[in-house]
Amino acid sequence: MSAEQARSTQSGPSAGAGRGLSAGGADFRHGDWEAVIGLEIHVQLNTRTKMFCGCEVTFGESPNTHVCPVCLGHPGVLPVTNEKALEYATRIALALNCRIAERTIFHRKNYFYPDLPKAYQISQYDLPLGIGGYLDVELEDGSNLRVGITRVHMEEDAGKLIHAGGASGRIDGADHSLVDFNRGGTPLVEIVSEPDISTPDQARAYVTQLRSLIEQLGVSDVNMEEGSLRCDANVSVRKPGEPFGTKTELKNMNSFRFLHRGLETEIERQIDALESGERIVQETVHFDPATGLVSTLRSKEEAHDYRYFPEPDLTPIELDEAYVERVRAGLPELPAARKQRLIDQYGLPPKDAALLAANKPLGDYFESLAAATGHARSSANWVLGDLSAFLNAAGLEVTQCPVTVEGLAELLGLVSDGSLSGKMAKEVFEVMTATGKSAQAIVAEKGLGQISDTGELEAIVARIVEANPGPAEEFRQGRDRVLGFFVGQVMKETRGQANPQVVNDLLRKHLQTPDG
Amino acid sequence: MTAGRAATGERSDGSAIDVTTLTAHRCRELLAAGEVSATELTRAYLDRIAAVDEAVQSYLLVDEPGALAAAATVDAKPRAERSPWEGVPIGLKDILCVKGMETTCASRILKGYVPPYDATVISKLRAAGLIFLGKLNMDEFAMGSSTENSAFKTTRNPWDLDRVPGGSSGGSAACVAASEAPWALGTDTGGSIRQPASLCGVVGLKPTYGAVSRYGLIAFASSLDQIGPLTRDVRDAAALLDLIAGRDPRDSTSIGLSEPAGVPDRGDLEGLRFGVIKEFVGDACDPGVRDVFDSTVDAIALLGGVCEEVSLPSVERGVAAYYIIAPSEASSNLARFDGVRYGHRTAHSQDLYEMYTRTRSQGFGTEVKRRIMIGTYALSAGYYDAYYAQAQRTRTLIIQDFEQAFSRFDFLISPTSPTVAFKIGERMADPLAMYLSDLCTIPVNLAALPGISIPAGMSGGLPVGLQIIGPHFSERGLLNAAHAVEQKLQVEVVAPLAEVER
Repeated sequence: MSAEQARSTQSGPSAGAGRGLSAGGADFRHGDWEAVIGLEIHVQLNTRTKMFCGCEVTFGESPNTHVCPVCLGHPGVLPVTNEKALEYATRIALALNCRIAERTIFHRKNYFYPDLPKAYQISQYDLPLGIGGYLDVELEDGSNLRVGITRVHMEEDAGKLIHAGGASGRIDGADHSLVDFNRGGTPLVEIVSEPDISTPDQARAYVTQLRSLIEQLGVSDVNMEEGSLRCDANVSVRKPGEPFGTKTELKNMNSFRFLHRGLETEIERQIDALESGERIVQETVHFDPATGLVSTLRSKEEAHDYRYFPEPDLTPIELDEAYVERVRAGLPELPAARKQRLIDQYGLPPKDAALLAANKPLGDYFESLAAATGHARSSANWVLGDLSAFLNAAGLEVTQCPVTVEGLAELLGLVSDGSLSGKMAKEVFEVMTATGKSAQAIVAEKGLGQISDTGELEAIVARIVEANPGPAEEFRQGRDRVLGFFVGQVMKETRGQANPQVVNDLLRKHLQTPDG
Repeated sequence: MTAGRAATGERSDGSAIDVTTLTAHRCRELLAAGEVSATELTRAYLDRIAAVDEAVQSYLLVDEPGALAAAATVDAKPRAERSPWEGVPIGLKDILCVKGMETTCASRILKGYVPPYDATVISKLRAAGLIFLGKLNMDEFAMGSSTENSAFKTTRNPWDLDRVPGGSSGGSAACVAASEAPWALGTDTGGSIRQPASLCGVVGLKPTYGAVSRYGLIAFASSLDQIGPLTRDVRDAAALLDLIAGRDPRDSTSIGLSEPAGVPDRGDLEGLRFGVIKEFVGDACDPGVRDVFDSTVDAIALLGGVCEEVSLPSVERGVAAYYIIAPSEASSNLARFDGVRYGHRTAHSQDLYEMYTRTRSQGFGTEVKRRIMIGTYALSAGYYDAYYAQAQRTRTLIIQDFEQAFSRFDFLISPTSPTVAFKIGERMADPLAMYLSDLCTIPVNLAALPGISIPAGMSGGLPVGLQIIGPHFSERGLLNAAHAVEQKLQVEVVAPLAEVER
């Protein structure tokens, strides 16, 4: 969409949005300035074929190997809409609580650039697929920020320019450019938010949770580094209560870290400029992660007139209620709903439920584990604790985890039946992740099994009580604390493998009835 | 027969016939009967082209080896195994992509461009076994009404070589009139089949928008373009339409015909009501054209048809609306010719911007540039509502006028062109006069209707065409009505061309 359009939506704060620096932005200090941020997220859909032709959608293949006359913009070719892409886009719009347009059309966005073969991008303009939605974003402090979704629309991706002959790979200093059209025509969905975001932290939370939502819909790889999720921001600053300031469009934030740093840098730049009496120019700025600075790309004031007009090669898309309901019925459980269910069904604390709901595979792993063990709380503790710590350290997704649900369930079973202490279970888990061996096998190999055998322990307890008549007498005098001394002695004897509960019971029995 | 004309067929009684003067369906009959081989037929047309095209200039490219090879393949097949039209030659407007055959749209910017794919209509004709003689001249990117806007040559009207053949499918109309192909394909955005058909004295049909796939037709104005036949009689037009029509999964705007056109055989017009479009027969028309038209109305009455004047007030704004809508779409459609991937690229440029501007300045002709500028302007922010949106509203009014008229009439009629063929150069300095050549045809495209031009008579030795317009997808009825009129009028369609025959 055009920047002008986005601007026109900035007519006032949307209802229900947590505005200002107070909501989740306490760490962000800019005197009495507040930032106004709207995000435009581009998501590449993971359909098998491109938006308007039959070429395969690929990543990282040899240049110009997945192209045809249509996506190369040869004379005479015509686009045909990918129905799967339409369905995926509808899924996203519905998941973002948008109203689906009964009649939606494509427009041509005209501009010349070598990565755009037809010299126009087939996009949507004033009749997008979805409008008027929202996403509820859970902030660090547990509060909720409702971010309005202005629109969700479909379009096609451009090709990729490779600037050669220069040092940086950037166009500056390059002596020629090459074009790879493999990406050209890949289906994109653009999600435009209302300017309801006021801090870089909120922006990061919004993108993180939006990304997780789309991942759970199964319609995109949502990989920022590979460019299947791209983020641009419209940023302005103002004093609370004042009208919106002039905004800039911040581009090239291809990771969460750059998104945060880019916004921070740009907000500070704008505040500094305004405080020193300068004027903000409406323009596109580019965040350079290498220098941490933002630089101007071009002035929006003299920018493109895209000459949008309805794409005459495509007929209007009319989506009836039955279609929309069919797509809605096919939606997986969305994070907000899952979080609530995890709380209700498993009695999890909201924070744990939110973490598990935000990561679909992790949530799935948890639910399978809880079912296998019958112990929801300990399952959640393990998944969010040791398992997540291991995955983070190893840089793995839960789907790549070497410890299966069954394997972890076995380990938790050993804990719950008293065969292993919690501490020992952690050690066994570490070995499991490193070797892939089962918990039973590791316990057997290392002789780690907790001694719960009453007969075996009873002999040890009796011997220790007998060897320490003094403390035994003290216990019988009523000094309960002495029990700790005996427990320590038994543990020492058993190298910590004794079941503490069994040891306790046996000690009391032997101390109260001296000499067996 | 004049010496030099290849007389390759032989009647059963032994006398020679000139196959190049025959209709396509007669060629088909001769092929089926074994009276002529595909090679003989193709050779005859190639010889005819060699004899007259230096004067007529209708072909941009003659694919002699390709045509003869295709003909030999047909001849190698037993006749019983051939499909009906196998071996019949055809000429193709150079706006249709043919895999492996240079396709230029008569523009320098596409000089040397060889498409890597076949247009859908070309695939259909290939599958049907037609022989492609070559590519026909046209106004550059179909922008013009005289074929003078070709970057490569000026095609001449076979009836008078000092006059234009009309346009933009001037090469297609001239080649059929000059016996350089039994039939040809053209395209019609605002009259580009019907107006040259009228000026060259042949039959030209613009199908309902959506009847024929546009895939592989190099777009001028996407919401108006249609491919259609230029032929020597109505029966051939129906046959060629049936060969190319149909819903195409590659063209989202294609629908196909509700019923095939079949073989038109209607001999009368009993029970049919014809509305004479008042706005097209007034002062805008040359008296000679009006005389022919008036006698045609009489002929229709004699056939039992009822003719009555009808007013469609909004069609007078058709030309104005068209010259916003068509250039707007064209400005976008022609943006892909940027020198990056194919076609002409300037030899010298310092940067990207210069590469674009020099490539396009060198590659496009004056009329194309004019329309790109008009279209770019009309779509610009701040002007869109006043021009493009307003033109679309006008288009809606025109559609409504036609809908109303068709509630009272089966068909609407008018002269196809307000004038006969004009002199070469006569209108080149006056674009508005040139644009008015399509006064009677443009509203038909705006309303997406089918329209046919058939030869109706002569004025001052030059052909005059009758336009018959039908409701959407009424091609079968339209062609039958046209057939009845054609049989009644019996107008000669093959130009004499005596002066150029050697």
